[in-house]
Amino acid sequence: MTAVTETLDTVQSVTQSGYKWGFETTIEMDLAPKGLNEDIIRLISERKQEPEWMLEWRLKAYTAWLKMDEPHWARVDHPPIDYQDLHYYAAPKKKDGPKSLDEVDPELLRMYEKLGIPLKERAILAGVDPDTVQSTQIAVDAVFDSVSVATTFQATLREAGVIFCPISEAVREHPDLVRQYLGTVVPVADNFFAALNSAVFTDGSFCYIPRGVRCPMELSTYFRINARNTGQFERTLIIADAGSHVSYLEGCTAPQRDENQLHAAVVELVALDDAQIKYSTVQNWYPGDANGKGGIYNFVTKRGACRGARSKISWTQVETGSAITWKYPSCVLHGEDSVGEFYSVAVTNNHQQADTGTKMIHIGRGSRSTIISKGISAGKSNNTYRGLVRMLPSAGNARNFTQCDSLLIGDQSGAHTVPYIESRNPTAKVEHEATTSKIADDQLFYCRQRGLSEEDAVSLIVNGFCKDVLKELPMEFAVEAQKLLAVSLEGSVG
Amino acid sequence: MLDFRGLNIQGLAAAINDKPILKGIDLKLPQGEVHALMGPNGSGKSTLGYVLSGRDDFEVTAGSVTFNGVDLLDMQPEQRAAAGVFLAFQAPIELPGVNNANFLRTALNAVRRAHGESELDAVQFLKLARAETKRLAMPDDTLKRNVNVGFSGGEKKRNEVLQVAILRPKLAILDETDSGLDIDALKIVADGVNALRGPDFSALVITHHQRLLEHLVPNRVHVLADGRIVRSGGPELARELEKSGYAGLMAEAV
Repeated sequence: MTAVTETLDTVQSVTQSGYKWGFETTIEMDLAPKGLNEDIIRLISERKQEPEWMLEWRLKAYTAWLKMDEPHWARVDHPPIDYQDLHYYAAPKKKDGPKSLDEVDPELLRMYEKLGIPLKERAILAGVDPDTVQSTQIAVDAVFDSVSVATTFQATLREAGVIFCPISEAVREHPDLVRQYLGTVVPVADNFFAALNSAVFTDGSFCYIPRGVRCPMELSTYFRINARNTGQFERTLIIADAGSHVSYLEGCTAPQRDENQLHAAVVELVALDDAQIKYSTVQNWYPGDANGKGGIYNFVTKRGACRGARSKISWTQVETGSAITWKYPSCVLHGEDSVGEFYSVAVTNNHQQADTGTKMIHIGRGSRSTIISKGISAGKSNNTYRGLVRMLPSAGNARNFTQCDSLLIGDQSGAHTVPYIESRNPTAKVEHEATTSKIADDQLFYCRQRGLSEEDAVSLIVNGFCKDVLKELPMEFAVEAQKLLAVSLEGSVG
Repeated sequence: MLDFRGLNIQGLAAAINDKPILKGIDLKLPQGEVHALMGPNGSGKSTLGYVLSGRDDFEVTAGSVTFNGVDLLDMQPEQRAAAGVFLAFQAPIELPGVNNANFLRTALNAVRRAHGESELDAVQFLKLARAETKRLAMPDDTLKRNVNVGFSGGEKKRNEVLQVAILRPKLAILDETDSGLDIDALKIVADGVNALRGPDFSALVITHHQRLLEHLVPNRVHVLADGRIVRSGGPELARELEKSGYAGLMAEAV
């Protein structure tokens, strides 16, 4: 309850500025020429000092991509994207990668400070029991345009046997693990954007939790697009070995610009026997202005494979940013009694378009999945839930429960629910519930009659509507997410 | 006239979708008093409550309303709340996912901020809220439950009175807060309101039943019919109506 009150307290300060992450950082950049061809891919691979196998992998993806068409089945609308008019590599200028935080450009550190990222290792909350301090610390990998600039808490993690580093480093330092898993959840030619990412991905995070290890802290990556006309193509790979646990957080922001920018990420998760991965996202890319000018095109492929028995992958996302969101974090439930979860809040305002949902592919016997989706549409925006639940013949006694709730604010926004359900096993059970509601005038009046301003009333009602999802977020993110909801919906009523 | 302490309604007319509902209401409720507002269904009692609290579905077409000398009609609903006006809804609204304690604390602190008072932290608030909950004989989990969600009719009404007790308005408009309450609950609610009575608390109690007024004895009783006050009197007027009904009065009004 304090969190919501805190939201209300901070709303005023935050709402004054609109998109407060819209600043640009002036940093000398190493920029590849615009356009996409084999030479650019070779250049990226060379800059990353990659082994030959990685370059070949990229080129294979590029060849596949050339034969593919941009998908248009989602309920989103945008002018054609000129893939030759983008920079595919942009990096802060520096001869070698930074060895420690001291070597990082102070401008960058200042930017991350502005973003509120705990980049410096710090003792949290003075007076807290030292035994619990450890668990409230967060290890952060910060990705700036195309490169990872700093990863904190490396030493502590290494002690536990956890590998958490930029994926470019993993390609060099842990090639066996990368080769064993990269592209096994999202194959290079999985879809147009995944193929593009596989060809040109520049950085992202890699994480390996060894057998039986409970990761001693939350892992987190902050992504920032800064350079102009630059696409960001990050790649994240998380492997939870048998019996291990990890919670991973991801946050994203971008400067405020008139032109659209492309972000096409791929995230792959692998959970072996009894392993658990909790993946949380607060997506706050620049959404464009009130007239729909500018903003990020967020075309992302996220998929987790529950390979082991009793493994569990849980996606939680709060999507408030981006001009267009095209994103379906999914679970492939191979393992017997494996569990997939998807908790989502997607907010669209002004001219934003979101087509987001999940896929739960049940293969293993007794596999279970839960989908809770909360869509909020305001302004002239369109918000679509698109979800697939597939029960394969092998998925005896598998179960799914889906709940999709849409909340409309104002009378010019749209909410759409497109569930696909396929069951090929008679013992599998699929439940789907859906509701669409409006913030009723009488709810607003009731709150205002008790003394709340209209915006505080909307914030309170929306936070209530999203509670089932927000409670799944780690504490630090829950507060941030609630603030974001309020900011995103500013001016949506009245 | 500006010196009048309390609610002063003069010539108030209001319409919804161009249909006149209130047709010239004059009513003076001095601060410190409790007045009952009775009258047949459709006479405009609830409309008066909404108009006083600022619901914008209703258009005020004539007249004025001041509270402690301040023009209410110019204010937003939340400003009226800050000025001390509280409407206990006839059908309280559900807020899914919003727990009662959070809602009440947010509301209380909004009003306190408007008065330049310091906000209550969670501990201070819970102490206050628990005491009031207990006094109204409501179950312990009341504060944890979502606002009015899954409440019975009677629980919703009592929850409104809990809000009055916590928010401490200067003017409480209780719109049929007694309907749906059993006799014990009715007495608890009446006692709850009686406990608030004092020089800076007034209440406009909209009711159909004399029963509530036996416990919550009003200073004055007004009868509203077809958008006008047709009769005003002391507590005995309510008893009279209980016996003879509104029919006689209606005849007088024509």
